[in-house]
Amino acid sequence: MTLINETVVRNAENRKKYCRFKKSGIKYIDYKDPNFLLKFVNEQGKLLPRRLTGTSLKFQRRVAQAVKRARHLALMPYVTDALK
Amino acid sequence: MQQNHYEAVFILTPVLSEAQMKDTVAKFKEVLTAQGSDVYHQEEWGLKKLAYPINHKTTGFYALLEFKADPKVIKTLETEFRRDERVLRHLTVSLDKNAVEYNARRRGGAFNKKTETSTEA
Repeated sequence: MTLINETVVRNAENRKKYCRFKKSGIKYIDYKDPNFLLKFVNEQGKLLPRRLTGTSLKFQRRVAQAVKRARHLALMPYVTDALK
Repeated sequence: MQQNHYEAVFILTPVLSEAQMKDTVAKFKEVLTAQGSDVYHQEEWGLKKLAYPINHKTTGFYALLEFKADPKVIKTLETEFRRDERVLRHLTVSLDKNAVEYNARRRGGAFNKKTETSTEA
């Protein structure tokens, strides 16, 4: 009797992740607009990884640079506990 | 000499009076125009709360200058920022074509400030 494991239904995760910047045609990520950047940062103010947000490498680097600039200008905290 | 687009954001200490803030911003604008660069946009976001205290101050007066300049002008601007003790923090950034187009749209009110929609393109 062979063990057949039933197919694991995970459609929540394996729906095709897409890069929201390519999809909506955003070309420039502004470091001066903290509300937009908050979407890419978790509660502690740390950058979200690409595997969660699904952004492409090119735009993940731009998001990272924009967030770091915003942190430098104290528009966003380096570390906090209740950001959202 | 090829002129690039730049954008300088800086934070002034909140302890200054309104007039002092104005003339500090004017002073930096003067430093730029004296070197033959053209400051085509200026913004003041006023007193804002800082996300973390910068040398024991929790609020700061934000100002933004957008200009076209020769690359060597930036060096003098930076030393000017460092020399002036009223400036808590400064950041000068070069703008590529997407950024310049984005800023032009931002000035045109494409992203209405009230709802702060994030449809930057």
